[in-house]
Amino acid sequence: MRNMGNVRKTFESELEELKGKLLRMVDLAERQLGDSMSALQTQNLTLANAVKQNDAEINALDDEINQKVIQLITQQQPVATDLRKIIVALKISTDMERIGDLAVNIAKSTLHIGDEPLIKPIVDIPKMGDAVRVMLRKAFDAYDLEDIDLAFELAKEDDAIDEAYGRLIRELMGYMHRNPDYVNQITQLAFISRHLERVGDHVTNMAENIIFMVKGKTLNLNE
Amino acid sequence: MVQLMNRTDNETKATVSPMEAPVREAAKPVVYDTKQLNLWYGSHHALKNIDLPIRENEVTAIIGPSGCGKSTYIKTLNRMVELVDGVRTSGEILYRGRNIFDAKYSVEELRTRVGMVFQKPNPFPKSIYDNIAYGPRIHGIKNKKILDEIVEQSLRGAAIWDEVKDRLNTNAYSLSGGQQQRICIARALAIEPDVILMDEPTSALDPISTLKVEELVQELKENYSIIIVTHNMQQAARISDKTAFFLNGEVIEFDDTDKIFQNPADQRTEDYISGRFG
Ligand SMILES: Nc1ncnc2c1ncn2[C@@H]1O[C@H](COP(=O)(O)OP(=O)(O)OP(=O)(O)O)[C@@H](O)[C@H]1O
Ligand SMILES: [Mg+2]
Repeated sequence: MRNMGNVRKTFESELEELKGKLLRMVDLAERQLGDSMSALQTQNLTLANAVKQNDAEINALDDEINQKVIQLITQQQPVATDLRKIIVALKISTDMERIGDLAVNIAKSTLHIGDEPLIKPIVDIPKMGDAVRVMLRKAFDAYDLEDIDLAFELAKEDDAIDEAYGRLIRELMGYMHRNPDYVNQITQLAFISRHLERVGDHVTNMAENIIFMVKGKTLNLNE
Repeated sequence: MVQLMNRTDNETKATVSPMEAPVREAAKPVVYDTKQLNLWYGSHHALKNIDLPIRENEVTAIIGPSGCGKSTYIKTLNRMVELVDGVRTSGEILYRGRNIFDAKYSVEELRTRVGMVFQKPNPFPKSIYDNIAYGPRIHGIKNKKILDEIVEQSLRGAAIWDEVKDRLNTNAYSLSGGQQQRICIARALAIEPDVILMDEPTSALDPISTLKVEELVQELKENYSIIIVTHNMQQAARISDKTAFFLNGEVIEFDDTDKIFQNPADQRTEDYISGRFG
């Protein structure tokens, strides 16, 4: 305990820094997702390409977080809440990195559809996109404020996403039979629905991790 | 490394239901049961209402800031604290079910059951052999063959036999600090104790010697119950099964070591173990 004061003060600020990086990552993931959905709706291929480019930023943040976590563990040998915060940051950053990849996948599907006219104006996929972005924003707040209730709410919202996904897939399969010429487009739309459903799962993981961070207990919200 | 999630390696995520408590082993028998122990040095109230069950074949770590009563507590367990003038106690310490403060209780007998290792290695200025044979001789063992046997077994038990077997007649002072500390552990083992009390046994040792003593503690718990005072949080987390956090003479929290270092119940424990105290 001798002269720990300053060392620990630095530790506190490093934990804050880690949290800051992670919040930036959540924010970026949410924006990338937003852009990928706009690109799809407006068939804006330039924007879809930009989403592919911008993924590097999320990946770089993921690397920075990994480095920071290793540094904090070796230098501070954290325990209890400190340790949980650090481990959880590592896990959430992996989920955000994956959400970034899913946004890229959505952009790639949009590029595959290209400028082929859409078989009908899409409504449900953008709705699903909005819903997972709302989840991500809530996850941002739940993490920032260490708000357990909000984290629990997220799990329920993911159930709605899963249901929407089921409906969408059935609907798209129906179109597939009636419009064989649109097989590529419909397949891409099915992929996009699947990617959005996966985003919901990653946000649910994040919610679980927030609960673990605060309570020190694990629970699986993903079922 | 501490366990991060309360899961063991062979349990997979799929088989663990939400919020399920980890399966606990049946509690081991209690060796030392401290009940409402209070201790005063004159007017200074050094231990306050201590309740602490110490279990067989476990390592119990005692942690807490300087002056919180850790050494006082373990010196009470073998009644060494009574050597200090003006010490008063109330409450009970049951050792194997008998109150050690009982007028009829023999301190000598207690000390043959409970060995102690101190912060600074304190071998006698004698040969290695005589250091180890000292306790058994006091207890009347004179037969050379038996003494030889005890010396070898104790030195082996303290993981130092190979390092000293060819120089048993050299002075224990000629050994390194880490070796001297293991000699002191061997000396404690030579009386065939039931419990070993250790007061910061590695604080004067280099990292390699510390590691050896830590490994030794892990081995010794197969046959002994060990209570260890330590200022080194990582050490407590590494080697102990239970941890008691003392503060100002009180036990603030006593629980499984994993629990204490992963998710303590009391904010004061958390502040202390994460170095945010004071
Ligand atoms: N012989 C003594 N006479 C009077 N007071 C004492 C005596 N020994 C210890 N104390 C007091 O009792 C309190 C507990 O002391 P103790 O040595 O048990 O602390 P500790 O937790 O072992 O501290 P450290 O980590 O520094 O070894 C302290 O306030 C100390 O000043
Ligand atoms: Mg002490």
